[in-house]
Amino acid sequence: MELLNILIEITTGQGLAGLGAGAAAIGAGLGVGLIGKAALESMARQPEASDDLRANMILAAALVEGVALFGIIICLLVALG
Amino acid sequence: MVRHITRLIIAAVVFTAPIAAISQHESHGEEHHEEVENSHDDQHKETSNENSRETRHEAGHSDSHHYDDEHGHEEKFVAGDFIMHHIADANEIHFFGDVSAPLPMIIYVEGKGLDVFMSSDFHSEHGGHGGHVPTYATGPSTGVEYTKDENGISAKDHGEEVAIWDMSITKSVFGMLMILTLMILMLRSAAKSYARRPGQAPTGLANVLEPLILFVRDDIAYPIIGKHKADKFVPFLLTTFFFIVGCNLLGLIPFAGGFNITGTMGVTIVLATLVFIITSINGNKHYWGHLVSPPGVPFLVKFIVVPIELFGIILKPTVLMIRLTANMSAGHIIILSFVSLVFIFNNSYGAAGGVGIGVFSTLFMIFMYFLELLVAFLQAYVFTLLAAIYFSEATQEPHH
Repeated sequence: MELLNILIEITTGQGLAGLGAGAAAIGAGLGVGLIGKAALESMARQPEASDDLRANMILAAALVEGVALFGIIICLLVALG
Repeated sequence: MVRHITRLIIAAVVFTAPIAAISQHESHGEEHHEEVENSHDDQHKETSNENSRETRHEAGHSDSHHYDDEHGHEEKFVAGDFIMHHIADANEIHFFGDVSAPLPMIIYVEGKGLDVFMSSDFHSEHGGHGGHVPTYATGPSTGVEYTKDENGISAKDHGEEVAIWDMSITKSVFGMLMILTLMILMLRSAAKSYARRPGQAPTGLANVLEPLILFVRDDIAYPIIGKHKADKFVPFLLTTFFFIVGCNLLGLIPFAGGFNITGTMGVTIVLATLVFIITSINGNKHYWGHLVSPPGVPFLVKFIVVPIELFGIILKPTVLMIRLTANMSAGHIIILSFVSLVFIFNNSYGAAGGVGIGVFSTLFMIFMYFLELLVAFLQAYVFTLLAAIYFSEATQEPHH
């Protein structure tokens, strides 16, 4: 395939949506992982606060996942038309 | 523990094997079925109901999940269409295979009047089949010709395009009405049982709903907005919470028609707009003052902060909308993708591949269902929480 064809395919094709979805998944994984790390460390330091920490961890995880899902929605729009 | 897992795996194999085997058989028996269907079309042309059913659900899927018939004679499973069919709104409730319930179409044609008819009146032309051909119907009161294709519904009056107001009861509208009716019945009955037994502990339905209601009031509204001001907002927060939980859970029930109410932007934008309107109406002087001149910010930085704050007024409800929509439809898409994995493998590797991947696919799908259950409640909680935070920002007294 010629270089120009490849370049055109990359810039206008829908394969980039897959890359974008992967990047969004990386973002979600990093974000929620950091939240989990902080929560676990705090629970280890102060086990009696576990319940509060767990509730706030789930809340923060939901908010961060929301941001990652914006990216997923855009990739979905690209991939399906 | 191992015993239970073994049973789960055996159940997964048992349930996926027949589906893969039948779909294999279907794709071979396709060509005969197509010709039989076409000849039936001629005979049944007068009765539009039967015609629409047969032509729309042609290619003889009795209980398999093949929905697409792009290639005409050979039925190839296209995952994208399968998923979009289940995510998007529709004018009928499709349970499985050929069984679907039509819903009323209510279309107002400007200048001509109101058309009310059932969506099963849409029929495709002679020889059409599959899910991608446009279907046609005639309005009973106005005589306008309606065309339904992948772009939606359009209308032509004697060959000219006319503008229409489509107020049909679609699947999502029907689901929302169902949830609202259920909510009214349940909550009214709970309220009456409280009135009937004053001073005693609640029983029955009221007992089940009480923790949820108190959770929204005591853990979301009161701590964030403050005890005195929260009472104004608690009804809205409770309604939103129960509505979103109900719609999310409805979308999880397997063979009940595949509702995707909160996963469509049309519903969540209304919820976010309501939050925006209530915030703006209840905004006090300090709220609006903070927007144009935030306190504690040096003068030059204000030029940067103020546009961001103004942009934020619109952005926060928008983010609220997208968060809810994206979470719900992403969950549905993941579950549907696991299901369609079985059929994709069936296409490439035959029934053995379908069953093989089906075991793991079913187990993952069950895990995703549990996650979706959690997300259903969690997203409702997050929406209500953020709405309460915005209300509290709007009614905040300044503390110096």
